[in-house]
Amino acid sequence: MGHQDVLVFVECRGGQIKRPSLEALSEGGRVARALGGKLLALCAAPGVRDLTAQLADLGPDRILVAEDEILSLYQPEVFATFLADAVRSTEAGCVLLSATAMGKDLGPRAAAKLDAGLAADCTQLEVDGGELRVKRPVFSGKAIATVRFSGHPVFVTLRPNVFPVESSGGKSPQPETLKVEWDPSRLRVKTVKIEASQGSEQDVSEASIVVSGGRAMKGPENFSLIRDLAQALGGAVGASRAAVDAGWIDHQYQVGQTGKVVSPNLYIACGISGAIQHLAGMSSSKVIVAINKDAEAPIFKLADYGIVGDLYEILPRLTEEVRKLKGNS
Amino acid sequence: MKIAVCVKQVPDTETKVKIAADGRSLDEASVTFVVSPYDEYAVEEALRIRDQQGGEVVAFSVGEERVASALRTILAMGADRAVHLKDTAFHGSDAVGLSRILAAALKPEGFDLILFGKQAVGTDRGQVGPRVAELLGLPHVSVVTKLTWEGSRFTAQREIEGAYEIVEGDLPVVLTAQKGLNEPRYASLKGILAAKKKEIRVTGAAELGLDPSTLGVAGARTRWEKLELPPARSAGKVLKDMDPAAAAAELVRLLRQEAKVI
Repeated sequence: MGHQDVLVFVECRGGQIKRPSLEALSEGGRVARALGGKLLALCAAPGVRDLTAQLADLGPDRILVAEDEILSLYQPEVFATFLADAVRSTEAGCVLLSATAMGKDLGPRAAAKLDAGLAADCTQLEVDGGELRVKRPVFSGKAIATVRFSGHPVFVTLRPNVFPVESSGGKSPQPETLKVEWDPSRLRVKTVKIEASQGSEQDVSEASIVVSGGRAMKGPENFSLIRDLAQALGGAVGASRAAVDAGWIDHQYQVGQTGKVVSPNLYIACGISGAIQHLAGMSSSKVIVAINKDAEAPIFKLADYGIVGDLYEILPRLTEEVRKLKGNS
Repeated sequence: MKIAVCVKQVPDTETKVKIAADGRSLDEASVTFVVSPYDEYAVEEALRIRDQQGGEVVAFSVGEERVASALRTILAMGADRAVHLKDTAFHGSDAVGLSRILAAALKPEGFDLILFGKQAVGTDRGQVGPRVAELLGLPHVSVVTKLTWEGSRFTAQREIEGAYEIVEGDLPVVLTAQKGLNEPRYASLKGILAAKKKEIRVTGAAELGLDPSTLGVAGARTRWEKLELPPARSAGKVLKDMDPAAAAAELVRLLRQEAKVI
């Protein structure tokens, strides 16, 4: 027994529970109810016990907490051993993680310890005949695969920004403490620190609004137009491969097949024609806006809203309108 | 340093996806296959390390006959030799099976450094690197954008959301490469000619001591039940021939009142 139980790995960074983990826990609750099982939240970070009140709304039946010092930075071997041990001891049949940098790394390593299958970066989970079935974009979103599993447990990573965080009544179980048995001197490869990348802007993969610039930006200096609009909207800056390969902006901002896949509520593509490469990274956005001089640009074929015109004239006015709106609300 | 680089042959990123008649795989009829782009960063890094520190670069790939051309490309870039893991028992392997095959092939060679791309473009799983590390009992660092050496001790910069993790360690290790790590070279004519004389060893399940029931479709823990095209997005409202200020104001109104996203 226990195969109906769903264990969700809850990720913390900088003393905060990450929002995508709340999405995963909310979705995990839905899956657990459909399977007739329990929902378990597994939290691993010093000081995380004090944050677990935030999880109550999402209805976990058990909260498992480890606060050992060795968990203060992400160490793949330590976290994977901890997660696999927790899956073994709880006999959970389904393990969910968010497809963040940590989740994408931790999931496969922990799954390998249990000889378990993993479906990565999923956008839909359903229960059919007591078994989990998931959908995930493949070929960078150009197709959707429906994935079935063999054996237990099964691992699933969930694409951030796709699943809603929905209250389910609320339970506040007393957190149970787990210990991590790891001698730090055993770590031959060790994460020693986190360095913020330039600026303290939001990461494009985590933002609910993204404003991206493409080839028509013509140079690094014009990205200030993109930054201004992103800032007014409270969003993140993105870029097409053309802009990154031209050296105008760092690769970490790239959206597309060889960059990041994003699914924000609002994606604004500025001076981006819409090469397959780029569309692959953003076509699952909820609302897409295109601003382009060329009325025939492929990006208009999937945009919900578009402006045909010169972005150098439109962007400053758009930023101004947004500031006006935000100022009044 | 003895370096392995594991590559996958994938459909070109410009491929227009067509679903095969079985309804659960890609129609490969008019697909051009290439070395997965992230794997090229892994190959380039392997070659640079060998050229600075000495040693050998060996390329590995799992797959059918056509995969030999991907290995030939890596040899033309400068790898010393290649191993083509080919067996009908391998067909339909998922990340679990692929990792098992690669780990079995890598283990007896005792590599100091094993490099992968951070994910194969197409299946976009990003699992095989960390899984192989686990099967070999080695540490790993994934999504590496910078790598520096002090003797056999390395410092890797790993990309995370809005920041980097700085990871230090000793060999042996498994690393997966992210764009930004380097600028991959093109094969030179000389390299292409030299590649023709380099060895591609073909090996299968029996030579690797693998049980076929743990591989391919039989051993898969995940399978594609269906493959479909995403729901088409219909074109929306396009504002054209408008004064920029009026267009900007109208767009903001639409996003606020109709789409309700700002």
